Amino acid sequence: MSGLSALPPGVTAAVLRVNGEDYPVVFPTHHTLLEVLREKCGLTGTKHGCELGECGACAVRVDGEAVLSCLKLAVEVQGCSVETVEGLQDDNELHPLQRAFADFGAAQCGYCTPGILMVASALLDRNDDPDDAEIFEALSGNLCRCTGYHRIVTAVRWAGAMARGDDWRPPEEDFHGADSPAPYPASRPVGESKLERVSDGG
Amino acid sequence: MAANPKADPIGTGRESREEYRLIGTAFRRVDGRAKVTGQTQFADDLNFPRMAYVKLVRSTVPHARIRNIDLSAAQAMDGVLGTLVGTELPDKFGILPVSEDEHALAVDTVRFVGDPVAAVAAVSEDVAHEAALAVKVEYELLPTISNFNEALKTPEPQMHDYADDGNIHKKVSLKFGAVEEGFEEADVILEDTCYFEGNTHLAMEQHSAVGVPEDEGRVTVYSSTQTPHYVHRALTKVLGLPASRIRVVACSNGGGFGGKSDPFNHEMVVAKLALKLGRPCKVTLTREEVFYCHRGRHPVLMHLKTGFKKDGSITSQHLRTALDGGAFGSYGVASTYYTGALQTTTYRIPNYWFEGARAFTNKPPCGPKRGHGTPQPRFAFEVHLDKAAHHLGIDPAELRLRNLQPPDSVTANWLRIGSIELGECIEAVVRGSGWKERYGKLPEGRGLGLACGAYLCGAGLPIYWNHMPQSGVQIKLDRSGCVAVFCGETEIGQGSDSVLAAIVAEVLGIELEDIRLCVGDTDLTPVDLGSYSSRVTMMVGHAAMQAAERARDTIARAVAAQMEVSEAELVFADRRVFPAGDPDRGLDFSAAVVAAEARFGTLGTTGSYIPPRAPGRYRGAGVGPSPTYSYSAAVVEVEVDPQTGVYDCRHVWMAHDIGQAINPVLALGQIEGSIYMGLGEAMMEEQVFRRLPKRLSSALVHKMPSLLEYKSPGFHDMPGMTSYMIESRDDRAPMGAKEVGQGPLLPIMPAVVNAIFDAVGVRVDQVPATPELVLKALEARAKGRPARAGPARFPKVDYGTPVEVPTPEQGGDGRARHDPKHRGRSVRAASGTMKDREDALKERRSATLTTA
Repeated sequence: MSGLSALPPGVTAAVLRVNGEDYPVVFPTHHTLLEVLREKCGLTGTKHGCELGECGACAVRVDGEAVLSCLKLAVEVQGCSVETVEGLQDDNELHPLQRAFADFGAAQCGYCTPGILMVASALLDRNDDPDDAEIFEALSGNLCRCTGYHRIVTAVRWAGAMARGDDWRPPEEDFHGADSPAPYPASRPVGESKLERVSDGG
Repeated sequence: MAANPKADPIGTGRESREEYRLIGTAFRRVDGRAKVTGQTQFADDLNFPRMAYVKLVRSTVPHARIRNIDLSAAQAMDGVLGTLVGTELPDKFGILPVSEDEHALAVDTVRFVGDPVAAVAAVSEDVAHEAALAVKVEYELLPTISNFNEALKTPEPQMHDYADDGNIHKKVSLKFGAVEEGFEEADVILEDTCYFEGNTHLAMEQHSAVGVPEDEGRVTVYSSTQTPHYVHRALTKVLGLPASRIRVVACSNGGGFGGKSDPFNHEMVVAKLALKLGRPCKVTLTREEVFYCHRGRHPVLMHLKTGFKKDGSITSQHLRTALDGGAFGSYGVASTYYTGALQTTTYRIPNYWFEGARAFTNKPPCGPKRGHGTPQPRFAFEVHLDKAAHHLGIDPAELRLRNLQPPDSVTANWLRIGSIELGECIEAVVRGSGWKERYGKLPEGRGLGLACGAYLCGAGLPIYWNHMPQSGVQIKLDRSGCVAVFCGETEIGQGSDSVLAAIVAEVLGIELEDIRLCVGDTDLTPVDLGSYSSRVTMMVGHAAMQAAERARDTIARAVAAQMEVSEAELVFADRRVFPAGDPDRGLDFSAAVVAAEARFGTLGTTGSYIPPRAPGRYRGAGVGPSPTYSYSAAVVEVEVDPQTGVYDCRHVWMAHDIGQAINPVLALGQIEGSIYMGLGEAMMEEQVFRRLPKRLSSALVHKMPSLLEYKSPGFHDMPGMTSYMIESRDDRAPMGAKEVGQGPLLPIMPAVVNAIFDAVGVRVDQVPATPELVLKALEARAKGRPARAGPARFPKVDYGTPVEVPTPEQGGDGRARHDPKHRGRSVRAASGTMKDREDALKERRSATLTTA
């Protein structure tokens, strides 16, 4: 067999347009956009949590729209413009969503983050001042196990404000906790009831 | 020391407290930028030249002897590079030395659907997948056990021959104080049977590992693991190689929650295949396989009996637990003890009897999930207290306040309590939620529920017995002014890298940008036991402080000599070292390091931490001790539809006794994440199984091994949250900081069902408290039956003869009654530094000499 041979059946050679750059790639025709991005383009920023369209971790943008890359064959996006988390920043400048997520603790383990950032960026591009319900709606296909979602929603709002040049910030209690309310005088002092301090026996 | 300039890195307008500059401020996590740009490398993001892809062949039957494994078709496939079966890795492993019962690949027997039997490596994932399907395994079916009761009734055949009794893996009976007398003194005795369904971690990242062969027969394993050190030990055993020839690197974990704390079969397999094939081998589990890895929350049936005086004080408690452990030991022995150990940490229980048992069943093994063994009995206890409050006519918050365990005390089961701000926590959520005005007074269908919890700030003992530090930190400084910090800790999203960097930066008066971290690498970093038991802030923090203080002292000696001032005068702040009150005279930090490097040569320091010795001396006393405990209280508001049982959580008020937040944004994220995960467990999450019909093999299979079918809360399910951090520094903790990653989960589940009771007057003694259960309780009430849904009875379990331990109040010494002389004195001293250990050793030697 010679060192070079023609493409066997079931293999596609194509150029993918990702983050404004051309990636010539050769891949099994049945492979998803997720697989090609991660394994052929080396863009491992896009994650997978199920590869069944259940978790949203693999979301990217195709011609501006948020798309689950695990449910999209790579051959379907020929001629389209794909955007991934790697393309979100502007040179070395973080996108407002990236700044807000990093500063506000909206990324903990960071695994669901790229997918959420891409869905949120699609949202902000069509609506730079979404309310909580609109953010819920947009992100309802994305799961996060770390944050409890509150920081994600608020970070999207913060990023929207940054993008609009509005100086809105998340409330102070989201940075330092709620101020503890003053205690009821009636139940003070606690810990000094009839219970005696037992010897430490150590 | 002079007042240091304050930091406010992300412009929140608020400064840190008192003498700290960075600690307590809201700063961007040190890995924040990498996580939002896609630069963070998780295990599956790693690629190496010539890398092979590995797939595991998993058992399709729940319990069987393996008759034959036919690899021929797979081996004949184009692109298949190699195969592996269990007999090639005959040595067993397991996280606990007392239950090393796992093979990398099944040898002779499979014990659950999903148990790995063989592995194939191929040039691509597609080929590996096809090859795995081509492996033919013949099984000889064995009887299966689906739950605790079946395990009791099916002692033979034994799933593991080391079990305490038939298929009961572990039995515990610990009796502290005069339990029966305590019940006699009680005015009211309450009994409850509760059930906590199993659930799983569901970390977004699927487990992945890459084995890479290195020169001289060495191997490196990159893995999504919370415990690289324990993986290292297991690999040493299974591969039969010296530990020095194996390197384990923990990649950033895409969520852990306890699910990546065991050494796993797939890690053993890629290491062995890498050595066998001489090429890098990667395995990444599918989501379905992650459900088979499991190690999640044990399903636990509980019976709780408590005696109360009329004033609400507790006289005695008897807790029985029955754990469904799944097919292997995992952390199960510890989990069993944890279903009883921390029961005493919140409220004073003068007499306490705990009986626990764990069964082997033909399901994926259970293990540690956030809260490890503690959420189940905490659920039972807090629901039980709510009922007691109603019975006694005392407000539930007041009942708890009356029973608070005092600070600096020792519990009946010999746990040393440090600081405790549980009273403050209760008051914060009571006040915040308008409890006094609203509890019991909201319209039908709306209600408030209150519950509390406590958790470890690190397990007092390591997984395997040793006298070495549980956390180590090394610092390298040089003329660049860059401070490199080496530590075995593992970032799982909780922010451990940021805690480590912030503590070093605080001590040396430098910025986070001046710090470089090298973490979670068994070749390069000193051992840290891992990210479990909420131990990192406590233990890594102490070790980091010690290493950083030693570095500071070394620099101070050089600067003091150069400037002809005393070391004690020197302040480290703002990247400078200067005499207090005279900042202009000082040196830049990098110039100060130059002075030290010139004077002392190459600079490096170390720090270590080992927790203080706990007072308990009885068998089983090793589970439960911690340097100190965190406390939480929550009020949950629900709205229930009495027609359907469907309910919504409207708001959660959570107060957490954190000691000191290192970074309040990250700490609040842990609290909010705990509320979220707690609500999932309270309302919907369950890892449950069903038997297939007989014509389909009767196999015991997972009901819903997919992210879509395993219900977890989404954006729409989250209530409003108000989080209070009660900061009263604990001097047992570094910078006063206690844990926050697990504790706040504990009150949520009981608070939800207590709120359902306030809303519609029915009890759901079981989680998840699904709408079906709420409706069942409502219908029971409508038919005149007890207004309750939950387990009817607790099985008769022989827990064995109790180990009787006199309590501190009874003048006990921490030993069990009739216990022959304890094994000898521990060499661990109270403050936890290795210097103290040396002193303790000396003391022991001299004591031995004197006795001789």
